[in-house]
Amino acid sequence: MSAEAAQSFLRRWTPGPLMPRGDVRDASLVFVIAVLCFFACLAALAALAADRAAGGWAAQLQGSATVLVRPTGGESVDAAAARAAEALSGVRGVNEAVALEKDKALALLQPWLGKDALDDDLPAPRLVTLDLDPIAPASAADLGAALKAANIDATVDDHSLWIKDIVRAGAWARAAAVGVFALTALAAAAVIAHAARAVLAARHEIVEVLHVSGAEDRFIAGLLLRRFAAMAFVAGVIAAAGAGVLGAAVRLAGGGEGLTPPLPVAWIDLAALLPCPLLAAGVAALSARFSALGLLRDMSNKDWT
Amino acid sequence: MSRNPRQTSSFPDAAHDAAAPAPVLSFAGVSMRYGRGQETLRGVSFSLQPGSFHFLTGPSGAGKSTLLKLIYLAARPSRGLITLFGQDLAVLPPRQLPHLRRRIGVVFQEFRLLDHLSAFDNVALPLRIAGKKPKAYRDDVAELLSWVGLGPRLHAMPATLSGGEKQRLAIARAVVSGPDILLADEPTGNVDDEMAQRILRLFVELNRQGTTVLIASHDRDLVARSGMPELRLEQGRLFDPAADSRMTPE
Ligand SMILES: Nc1ncnc2c1ncn2[C@@H]1O[C@H](COP(=O)(O)OP(=O)(O)OP(=O)(O)O)[C@@H](O)[C@H]1O
Ligand SMILES: [Mg+2]
Repeated sequence: MSAEAAQSFLRRWTPGPLMPRGDVRDASLVFVIAVLCFFACLAALAALAADRAAGGWAAQLQGSATVLVRPTGGESVDAAAARAAEALSGVRGVNEAVALEKDKALALLQPWLGKDALDDDLPAPRLVTLDLDPIAPASAADLGAALKAANIDATVDDHSLWIKDIVRAGAWARAAAVGVFALTALAAAAVIAHAARAVLAARHEIVEVLHVSGAEDRFIAGLLLRRFAAMAFVAGVIAAAGAGVLGAAVRLAGGGEGLTPPLPVAWIDLAALLPCPLLAAGVAALSARFSALGLLRDMSNKDWT
Repeated sequence: MSRNPRQTSSFPDAAHDAAAPAPVLSFAGVSMRYGRGQETLRGVSFSLQPGSFHFLTGPSGAGKSTLLKLIYLAARPSRGLITLFGQDLAVLPPRQLPHLRRRIGVVFQEFRLLDHLSAFDNVALPLRIAGKKPKAYRDDVAELLSWVGLGPRLHAMPATLSGGEKQRLAIARAVVSGPDILLADEPTGNVDDEMAQRILRLFVELNRQGTTVLIASHDRDLVARSGMPELRLEQGRLFDPAADSRMTPE
């Protein structure tokens, strides 16, 4: 090498990697981490979708209530229903109260009472449907009190039992998705811990030279940390891109207008995939660092290097 | 210093001399065995004064490399006391090891170059580990490489170097950070006579600047010509040619 060549080498020189690069770029490792990240992304999307579906259904139910009016004393059931509608529309939190006409009420009741039972002689109850204020809906107790004040024999159904069920189901779905997410993160951490130890064991000669040259365990663990974090970041990008394509396909296939589309994925949900590469890198960094430090400590307890 | 440190006796009586400076290194009754095998070193006692220069000689298998290993903190003795830079190694907290190791330069018998790094990066390694910035050491590393005759090969990978070139590279790495102690295990084993002399001159130069030097060598010629004192190991025991009768093997 000539003097100029040496000079230009020096100018362009940047420090080489202290750990060989290929060790961590292993394609199968990237693949495993990418697959785990992909599942984690799907779990995140599923959690958001479950949340949205439950929220949509609950909102629909919360916005309405039904009142069953029974005849009392000499008053006809239709008159009672009309009075009930009037009394209820005055309650705060009720937007509108409509007494269903006899036919409609009977049609709704038929499945419960049976066709034969519903003839004209029967003092069939009437239904009053309520459209409630979505922000501050009237409570069942308020409605009951208003009916009692008007001396009407009626039962209020504010759908609260159903709402409770739906909210509970939504919470379960969310918990399940979070659980899957946590499990895949743990699995990724375990895979990386194993890989980091394998790299250290395979490169113990380098580790020895670094130690003898005065490297602290932290320094060596830091080399692995950066390497594995970079690898996991790439895997995370691949996984997020894959999950993003899948999410977009679902969104396009499932429509998405209204509160509860059949496949409730929104475009905004795809933003949840953005942190995936960073999360993957973070998990990889922590896992590589702590497993490397553990192994290095074992090594030096045994032999000082 | 009142006397030439290179003439300082390396045997324990020197350590009892009140006028002597504290030794850089002292071994007191040190034994070492690998696993459950026989003792490789047996009751070795000596000390090195700061700025001294010694050869460590002895037949193959005598335990020279093992003794060096104890000094560069890659193994612990099974018995005895080692004091390095005034620190009793038996009670040294592990987190202080890196700091101590940075004061020791080692030329390994088998070089231990990092094969995936260029000659230049190999030499820069101790400086990087010490946290120095590349700009700060770039020119020094290049200069040192030229000095050991590797100027034209600074970007070469170790696998493409000859045995002698690897040896010189290993030496450059050992001395680049200006260590307080230089340990070299057969540093002239792979070079011709002229290069051996050059390497010796490099060690003498470092020694003049205050580095304590200990060189394990088979090369009787080199040792004789250098005129430097000798620590002789035989079957794991230190043999004092000057005070044969005084040795009390355990
Ligand atoms: N890692 C090891 N495990 C077990 N035994 C070892 C180990 N290293 C060295 N030995 C043994 O310790 C003894 C001394 O070895 P050492 O390498 O210290 O000798 P040496 O004086 O450096 O020899 P040479 O001049 O051939 O380099 C030998 O019998 C060797 O077999
Ligand atoms: Mg040896």
